[in-house]
Amino acid sequence: MAEGRDITAEVKRIIKEQLDVDEKDIKSEATFIEDLGADSLGLVELVLAFEEAFEIDISDEDTEKIRTVQDAVDYIEANTKK
Amino acid sequence: MERVVITGIGLVTPNGIGTQETWRSVVAGESGIGPITLFDASQFPTRFAGEVKGFSAEQWMPKKKVKEMGRFAHLALAAAQLCMKDAAIELTEEDREECGTLIGVGLGGLEYLYQHSLTLHDKGTSKVSPYFIPTVIANLAAGQVAIALNLRGVSYCNTSACSSSAHSVGEAFEWIRRGRSSIMLAGGAEATVTGLGVGGFSAMFALSRRNEEPQRASRPWDRDRDGFVMSEGAGCVLLESLTHARKRGATIYGEVTGYGASCDAYHITKPSPEGEGAQRAMKMALADARLAPDQIGYINAHGTSTGQGDVEEARAILSLFGDHAREKKLWVSSTKSMMGHLLGAAGAVEMALSTLVLREGVVPPTINLDNQDPECTLDFVSGKARERVLDHTMSNSFGFGGTNVSLVLSRFKD
Repeated sequence: MAEGRDITAEVKRIIKEQLDVDEKDIKSEATFIEDLGADSLGLVELVLAFEEAFEIDISDEDTEKIRTVQDAVDYIEANTKK
Repeated sequence: MERVVITGIGLVTPNGIGTQETWRSVVAGESGIGPITLFDASQFPTRFAGEVKGFSAEQWMPKKKVKEMGRFAHLALAAAQLCMKDAAIELTEEDREECGTLIGVGLGGLEYLYQHSLTLHDKGTSKVSPYFIPTVIANLAAGQVAIALNLRGVSYCNTSACSSSAHSVGEAFEWIRRGRSSIMLAGGAEATVTGLGVGGFSAMFALSRRNEEPQRASRPWDRDRDGFVMSEGAGCVLLESLTHARKRGATIYGEVTGYGASCDAYHITKPSPEGEGAQRAMKMALADARLAPDQIGYINAHGTSTGQGDVEEARAILSLFGDHAREKKLWVSSTKSMMGHLLGAAGAVEMALSTLVLREGVVPPTINLDNQDPECTLDFVSGKARERVLDHTMSNSFGFGGTNVSLVLSRFKD
């Protein structure tokens, strides 16, 4: 992982692309399902996109805990190799 | 029994996106076939197909929905929207609860079947997309159309290879005439211009390899035919009970009057000798419509441009229609000569064209028929469309597995 990678920006970019939502709606506290209109399939696909972009594996158990944009950013920051 | 009328048509084919666009092109005898652009076909023995040109899924659905569907469902949704617009219907809540969606598909989302197989193989079990199943399964053309248009009646996919959507139209007809529904959206969709699709049919030596002249490759009943031309597309028709259509003052294209279906029970791909199974399907459709053979003026044949299939269908027609065919009072053409073979979508598209024949008084030609096979002796409307006012037409669709469907369409008369 490159130094100084802007994980938040990249997460938002992936969300925008996957869920086809406006950038301004992708707030840190926004939930994927209620606020950003993802369905359960869309959420799994989104997590797969995070896995691919950040070269990590997110278990099914952890997937269930990722509910908001901030959850995703936190999880990825904690789990990417510095 | 309820009479069943056709009140809307939506076509998305290699000859045009739109019913009028397709009809104009087919009547003009234009070929919709060209080099494959949807994938790199350079290493395949067949490198041309009938692609729906200039199709953009985003024009027909929200961007977010695009990745939920295989291309066959994109095409189906476009055809369904065109069909409902053509029918100029304002659906009531009651209509929505009754309106079924029967959309036949022969294969489904082959492009994603391939892609996700690679993902499973290369990246492992945890990387398979949740969209794999929804983009591949065949009934999601019907399912997605139902969701997008909020049609909440019976919904399923007839899958019977190249007769899939002919079965769909036939079954939708049954639903209405038995009085179980007064309105049904029926049709078909297919999009298998992919590596697996072309590779699979090539391996069966089913496809024409006339790579140097793609537009002359689909040549039903011609001496030099060498296989069918794969195409993609979708077609939908809106069927209503006559009572329902009258009540809303619908414009009526024609009436579905006969549905016959049979199985050769002979071979997975070869038709039975003398087209025996096809004959029974045609005979059943005629009996269903209470018509004598000489009342049919035009047959939109299955006519795929394959060696054996063309001969057996011609023999079946000659045998059943006898002097009426021999004296060339029965006209037979294959619109596949222009459009190629839309596989699961072929039945619905060709049934729709056979309905337009009644309304427009024009019979589309069979093109590329330069040297008629001496074993195929019917009047194939070679080269140019011909005008003729007709009361009854027939549309044939046969598929692998020996399945045969024949539909009879009639000019609407009170």
